[in-house]
Amino acid sequence: MSEILLEARHLTREFPAGKGRMVHAVTDVSLQIREGETLALVGESGCGKSTLGRMLIRLLEPTEGEILFRGTEITGLSAREFRPFRRQMQMIFQDPYASLDPRMSVRSIIAEPLKTWNLCRDREAVTERVLELMEATGVSGEMLHRYPHQFSGGQRQRIGIARAIAAEPSLIVCDEPVSALDVSVQNQILNLLKKLQKTRNLTYLFISHDLSVVRHISDRTAVMFLGKICETGDTETVYTRPRHPYTRFLLNAVPRPDPRRRETGGELLAGELPSPVNPPPGCRFHTRCPFATEECRRTDPPLRETDGRLVACHHPV
Amino acid sequence: MEQNTLEISHLTVSFPTDRGGFRPVNDVSLTVRKGQIVGLVGESGCGKSMTARAVMGLIRSPGKVTGGQILLEGKDLLALNGKEMRSLRGNELAMVFQDPMTSLNPVVPVGKQVEEAILLHRRVSREEARKRTLEAFRNVGISEAEKRSRSYPHELSGGLRQRVMIAMAMVCCPRLLIADEPTTALDVIMEAQILQLMRQMRDRGTSILFISHNLGVIAQLCDYTCVMYAGRIAEQGDTRELFERPVHPYTRGLLGAVSSLDRKGEELETIRGSVPAPGSLPAGCPFGPRCGLCDETCRGACPEPREISPGHIVRCFHAGEVPV
Repeated sequence: MSEILLEARHLTREFPAGKGRMVHAVTDVSLQIREGETLALVGESGCGKSTLGRMLIRLLEPTEGEILFRGTEITGLSAREFRPFRRQMQMIFQDPYASLDPRMSVRSIIAEPLKTWNLCRDREAVTERVLELMEATGVSGEMLHRYPHQFSGGQRQRIGIARAIAAEPSLIVCDEPVSALDVSVQNQILNLLKKLQKTRNLTYLFISHDLSVVRHISDRTAVMFLGKICETGDTETVYTRPRHPYTRFLLNAVPRPDPRRRETGGELLAGELPSPVNPPPGCRFHTRCPFATEECRRTDPPLRETDGRLVACHHPV
Repeated sequence: MEQNTLEISHLTVSFPTDRGGFRPVNDVSLTVRKGQIVGLVGESGCGKSMTARAVMGLIRSPGKVTGGQILLEGKDLLALNGKEMRSLRGNELAMVFQDPMTSLNPVVPVGKQVEEAILLHRRVSREEARKRTLEAFRNVGISEAEKRSRSYPHELSGGLRQRVMIAMAMVCCPRLLIADEPTTALDVIMEAQILQLMRQMRDRGTSILFISHNLGVIAQLCDYTCVMYAGRIAEQGDTRELFERPVHPYTRGLLGAVSSLDRKGEELETIRGSVPAPGSLPAGCPFGPRCGLCDETCRGACPEPREISPGHIVRCFHAGEVPV
């Protein structure tokens, strides 16, 4: 088994919501990401997956908890001390329209990290490296001096990926990298991410609400509900034999592109997502869970090893 | 033969441009039968929303319908004037949009907004309108209808806001409901609930034109499906037939792309290149440059629709062939 690249211990993040109230975005989450793997974070919008992803690479400071990168604690480091770690962690964003500066050419977008980290000795070396990165991500070198608006969504996402790998990071947080793309282009980007992972030994934290995409791309999956991880394990294990009721409902709700297997609405989760300002006591899922008992209403189940994965449930199905 | 709720034939929408005009909808023909859900699926910019707007009479200037016919239960919609069309919208024709937050008035309680829709089209008292609003809320599965009707849009979740929109659309019992990506802004669990609601409405006799980019949603919901590409319908047929025996290379590409996600470890199937930019369509078949079967014939002319089996219509010279 490969080494642990990043470890989070008891991470919590709260945001003030006015009148002294707090949004409990992420509560007491611990996880490990191993070198070279893809860990997926899935869940509904507002479950805290993006907040968690941003905290892990210190784009957001946790309210509590610690993060270790290759065994070194990075949570308490000053900006100067953190600088060498920053280069190891990059991000790919969801919206390829908003994440590229419209006034910068492709060359300057991809060259920015090279300059920030002083990776090339002169202008020629920068251009050469930018062209290399463009080729690696499938953007034609002729486009060097074009601007973002001259590209399609898929091409822009390729530029965003080229920028992310420019500083040769070890960890990339991909926050919904294909959600804004059309089906025919989405797969091109997923193939590219897989190829780069292999050739450059990258580790991905892949945040997505699309369960089919996650199944294809990830080695392990963590399912989040209202700021907590409710089930985590090998992707195939979690997908084929989900044990947390929420995971089951989530997987059942995915519309399959097969008209012969129509979901007739047997197992549908009713009700609304509870508010993260005022999460329910006990198990956070109990207000929607058909199997909830008195115990679930009283005590919050910890993540426990069950059937080859971790599940936070008093009554795993 | 069942009555047709909506019959679109040879519909063309044009926008003038410097280079002589661009047609986001080009020679589109489709039929929605009574009590049927017809899916219109395609990638962004393919003209699916523009087709819906044409039916609603909502094409903004300088764009306009430049050809074809739209019949709602036999009535020619393109022959109606603005006033007649207004009395039809929200009444016999209703539409639900992708983003419920921008289609609701943020400073008016949602119940009130639905009441307004009723009072606009029906000669009833305020009390009666209120009663019908609450009934409509219950019909779309809004619990605590009384309390929710006094809420403002920002106080409701995305799923509830979309239910309010559907209630508003359904409150005057429209002949046709057009749903334009109604679940795209929602999470899978909410999406499944809304799809279930659409099925219930169909079973009560509502005809629905359902627009989506998600093939999974289309497969789960629609009786009949039209696949659009670059303004034209590339292929249409019964949903099962279309998903089991697609013959247009584009339909095959889309389905291959989606189904290959299930096969772990393998390289995913893709369609090479990307959707052509509006106004710069290639000559001949618009899918040609991305197609493995493209040859001289395809570059020379755009294929006309032909029916290869009852109800299964395709626009391709090489329909059903396998690329070498």
